[in-house]
Amino acid sequence: MPADVSPLFLQFVNLLGAVLLLLAFAMLSQRRILSLVHLFTMQGAVLVLATIVVGYVTAQPHLFVSALLTFALKVVLIPLLLHRVVARLDVRWDVEPLLNIPTTMLVGIALVIFAFYLGAPIAQLSSSVARGTLGIALASVLLSFLMTITRTKAVAQVIGFLALENGLFFAATSATYGMPMVVELGIALDVLVGSLILGVFMFQIREQFDSLDIHHLEKLKEE
Amino acid sequence: MEPLAFVLGVPLAGALLLALWGHHEVAREINVACSLAAFLAACALTAQVIDGGPRLVWNQAFYIDALNVFLVTLTSFVGLTTSIFSRPYMKIERDHGKMTPPRLRLYHSMYQLFGFTMLLALTTNNLGILWVAMEAATLTTVVLVSVYRTAASLEAAWKYFILCGVGIAQALFGTVLLYMAAEKLIGAEGGALLWTQLDAVKGQLDPRAITIALAFLFIGYGTKVGLVPVHNWLPDAHAEGPTPVSAVLSGLLLNVALYAVLRCKVLADGALGNGLAGAMMMGFGLLSVVAAAFLLSRQRDVKRMFAYSSIEHMGLMTFAFGLGGPIATYAGLLHMTVHSLVKSAIFFAVGHAAQTAGTQLMSEIRGLIKVSPTVAWGLVLGTLAILGMPPFGVFASEFLIITTAMREQPWATPFLLAALGVAFASVFSRVQPMVFGETQLAPLAHPPALLPVFVHLGLGLMLGLYVPPALDAWFREAARMVGG
Repeated sequence: MPADVSPLFLQFVNLLGAVLLLLAFAMLSQRRILSLVHLFTMQGAVLVLATIVVGYVTAQPHLFVSALLTFALKVVLIPLLLHRVVARLDVRWDVEPLLNIPTTMLVGIALVIFAFYLGAPIAQLSSSVARGTLGIALASVLLSFLMTITRTKAVAQVIGFLALENGLFFAATSATYGMPMVVELGIALDVLVGSLILGVFMFQIREQFDSLDIHHLEKLKEE
Repeated sequence: MEPLAFVLGVPLAGALLLALWGHHEVAREINVACSLAAFLAACALTAQVIDGGPRLVWNQAFYIDALNVFLVTLTSFVGLTTSIFSRPYMKIERDHGKMTPPRLRLYHSMYQLFGFTMLLALTTNNLGILWVAMEAATLTTVVLVSVYRTAASLEAAWKYFILCGVGIAQALFGTVLLYMAAEKLIGAEGGALLWTQLDAVKGQLDPRAITIALAFLFIGYGTKVGLVPVHNWLPDAHAEGPTPVSAVLSGLLLNVALYAVLRCKVLADGALGNGLAGAMMMGFGLLSVVAAAFLLSRQRDVKRMFAYSSIEHMGLMTFAFGLGGPIATYAGLLHMTVHSLVKSAIFFAVGHAAQTAGTQLMSEIRGLIKVSPTVAWGLVLGTLAILGMPPFGVFASEFLIITTAMREQPWATPFLLAALGVAFASVFSRVQPMVFGETQLAPLAHPPALLPVFVHLGLGLMLGLYVPPALDAWFREAARMVGG
């Protein structure tokens, strides 16, 4: 850890990491779709803030660009898109997750312990100031993963997928001060195009099945 | 002029042109022309590598060596033949009302864009860009799979997106960890994600970080290879998309994903020195071969059946690369090549057979030899080739893999032999009545393009009898690099 970094900033980054993890848990337990979109937006905002703080502390200008990109994409554009989808398709509740909420939370806690166990030794290798948060980043990746696979509504799956991307960005920021710029731009492009395609898909699925419930997507089975 | 500029630039420009210009009658020809130009540029690139050895292009951003140059040539070649095949195929689909001009526009531009993303993934030197290109290839194929807009194709595309999207996100985490471990050695400015740089310092990378990174990278890219147990997207995507897309998915995209796994394996072997990567590849490869062979026997849809056969063969290649050593790796590379050629030829023939019968259900397809003998012969010969009958190339590579396995990992041999036997019995017994027997089917309105089928099978046959010296030298060189 560079000696000239004030411990206050480090505490702040750790705090933001903790908030990120908390939001991932909140998303896991939230069944109202609109609240999920709000939580996702908040998670994006926390990610932007964390990137700016790390960028400021370490004087890495490209992290500011990365923060701007995340802000435009994860806080403005994609939530806007999701709001439109929710309003137009009128989806409010994710009826029943494949696992009930308390069970999901318990599995989530186990995943967090696993992530910390995995993250702690390798975080020592990182030269980043925010290396303590690597375990948190991995935990939020795994929680979003859990959310994507336990939800039954297409919109909730997409939000899980995007939250997973948030966790990955946080991992990149905390472990390595962000990936090289060209890679980060490429990832941002993929996320943007992916969300647009998924948005179009949701309308088409609705048209075909008259519902966004992925239970309808079970015609193709392994025989 | 740098041929790589054309290899990458032509498909990208073609995609933009076809997307902006809209659908015209000549769009099919433009599609073929772009693929041809990319193939010629790939040949020029190949000639350069044969003359001058591995090379770095444009400030180390791209790296061409023996391992990827043969995949670049193969990819652009199969891309070309598939575009030739898709001309009459798409005409017939349009006559049947399954394709409309806006869908054809989407299809053609996405076809070129998909080619671009695969070539980018193969040639880039940056592991981050490799990930970006793999994700972009997923996105373009998701669009291609859903192009018919039927309930089943939407379901397949959705499943494909969610499974592969989530899977490949794990690979990004692995890439982050790799970058973290390398940054300490190379420095953030030195390009700690460039494969050539990583390869140079791989012995000093921290083993703990690399072990975990390897696990994430293997799960991530392994999902795209279609390894069991993360293979569920593959049969659906193959069965519900247009047949040219099934051909390039099986023939090319799976290879590109396996290429990504191989690059990671080389780094992990250098850093760990304990053969963990090889053991993982052998385990999951063998599981895929066995599981796919048994699932294969339960299929009723012809494209699903051959999709499971692709899982089986990808598993076999993964097993061969995991086995390591010059012979098994050589066999794996040979198997990659012949599987691409033969499997795409089969999908071409299957596509026309399904169009003739109006269904993909194998029980409804009968007596092809009477309706269109060339399609029938293509299907029979392709099936025999993929099942490993001599003298086709698949036999040669499978023979090498199994004999090496007998010597080095004898426990695996009975599983492999049993799986190959089950696959043979179930595929052959289903294809035989499709070709022979009585029928009331009518021939197709447009003559099918069967040149690609027989060119592919001819090449597959040639590789079984004779491997040209240039190809042989690449395989040896690549095998030395990958197999350690």
